[in-house]
Amino acid sequence: MPKPEEVKYTKTHEWVHPGAEAVVGISDHAQHEMGDIVFVELPKVGQKLEKEKPCAVVESVKSAFDIYAPVSGEVTAVNDAVTGDPAVLNQSPLGNGWLFKLKTSNPAEAETLMDWTAYQDFVKQATH
Amino acid sequence: MYIPHTKKDKEEMLKTIGAPSFEDLVKQVPSKFLWPKFNLPAESLDEAQSAARMAGLAARNCRPLSFLGAGAYERYTPAAVKAITSRTEFLTAYTPYQPEASQGTLQAIYEFQSTVSALYAMDCANASMYDGASSFAEAVRAAVRVTGRKKIVYAAGVNPQYMDTLKTYFAHSPEYSYVKVPMKDGAMDKAALPALLEGAACLAVQTPNFLGLIEDMAGVSDLAKKAGALLVAAADPVSLGILAAPGEYGADFAVGEGQSLGLPLSYGGPYLGLFSCKKEHVRQMPGRICGLTKDKDGRRGFVLTLQAREQHIRRDKAASNICSNEALCALAATVYSALYGPEGLKELAESNAGAAAFAAERLSAIKGCSLKFKGPFFNEFVLTVPGSAAALREKALARGVDVGLPLAPLYPELGETLLVCATETKTEADILKLEAAIKEAL
Repeated sequence: MPKPEEVKYTKTHEWVHPGAEAVVGISDHAQHEMGDIVFVELPKVGQKLEKEKPCAVVESVKSAFDIYAPVSGEVTAVNDAVTGDPAVLNQSPLGNGWLFKLKTSNPAEAETLMDWTAYQDFVKQATH
Repeated sequence: MYIPHTKKDKEEMLKTIGAPSFEDLVKQVPSKFLWPKFNLPAESLDEAQSAARMAGLAARNCRPLSFLGAGAYERYTPAAVKAITSRTEFLTAYTPYQPEASQGTLQAIYEFQSTVSALYAMDCANASMYDGASSFAEAVRAAVRVTGRKKIVYAAGVNPQYMDTLKTYFAHSPEYSYVKVPMKDGAMDKAALPALLEGAACLAVQTPNFLGLIEDMAGVSDLAKKAGALLVAAADPVSLGILAAPGEYGADFAVGEGQSLGLPLSYGGPYLGLFSCKKEHVRQMPGRICGLTKDKDGRRGFVLTLQAREQHIRRDKAASNICSNEALCALAATVYSALYGPEGLKELAESNAGAAAFAAERLSAIKGCSLKFKGPFFNEFVLTVPGSAAALREKALARGVDVGLPLAPLYPELGETLLVCATETKTEADILKLEAAIKEAL
């Protein structure tokens, strides 16, 4: 499980652990704001994702939220554990609650995302 | 009408959304529907005069002995239906805005959903939609969302009004394509399916179809599945008393016009959309669903569930723009279905089929008339007539019998034909009157 400082964040509250096979999830702040998560719809393995385009849906008792791809690439694995038990996403958003992995097509894309400090500032600003 | 916004309010609102004027905002509404002119009397009338005038207008309605069907079916509605639906606790067109406070209404909706699921042999049903056409269009839209494909394959026997409604939904989406499965003897040409289904979101079929014929659904869902397409099936709920339910032949979405369950014809509405699907597609289901749960003390309670994808929460990303339902019509259909029960519904379907079979036998024996198609039909059939079908209908109508719907405007390829329907409301004597009326008018 990566530490919060080891991943990059989007303005739409996804995180990505960069690498040849990048891991994607939603931030702890996002799961907290959503409330109890009851359903997760993930992309299909082999599906090509485009940065900032919707690729998954997370549904909580409050609403359904689109998840946007933080970087472009091809999906190599999806986390069946969260579709089977969506509460995992509330309990461990950076660990067992990861959503999917993808082979990045343009690793430089991750460079433009926020680091942990910048994301914390972003959340603070957004909530004030 | 009371409109609370001042001129200044309106200007601010238009400025915010960037529309130059209100007229510009509604410009996509065809002009004939905007600010229609009413043919009102020049001099104002008092209440008694108004009542007399309305009675005079109503007297111009003719109530012929009618053999019209084509998607709406005349029924005898047991008095208990009206007695129950007229109770003030139920008498609203809407689900309340604080739904859980109205447990009785929610329980009625829950029973309605259970009835629809049982009739169509599907896993789940929603709280209803506006009519059969909106249910059909929403089912095709759901199939498009599930598959991510935009090619819609439909049988030529799908109610043409259902297709019009669907095309209205997608009017501003030129990337959608519609492929018609050709007709063979009035039914879907199954041999054409494998080639047409390639890359399709769904195959949309109606059975009995618009021409009254029962489609052969054997193997159809397998063909769709093979092509990665879903199966959307529309069916008259009463026909399911004797015919296979969509769930039995593998439909992913099953819809129907609920008017057939004892609602009055009422010149076209309000009607009732029946909508059901397999459990795996439940999150693509439009509208609302009523669920059964327990409260903190373990007592049974009804709640609206799966609302997270509805318009009041998801706005423009909602599964559908429909977030209401036809509560009172749904209640009437539920009471009607409960009064009949499974055995009664079977008998009802049998008397429909029996009346139509007798009518077909009598009418096809008239000189110059014949059945257009050989296939099995439910409660309506296509009759070829000598000369103009429209003129024949007008002539018979003057004698108080509506002999059926001339099909030429909808299906020019069928020639001079009438779609003739006989439900359980038609006695032997009625059908003999129909026969006489056609003979006289020819």
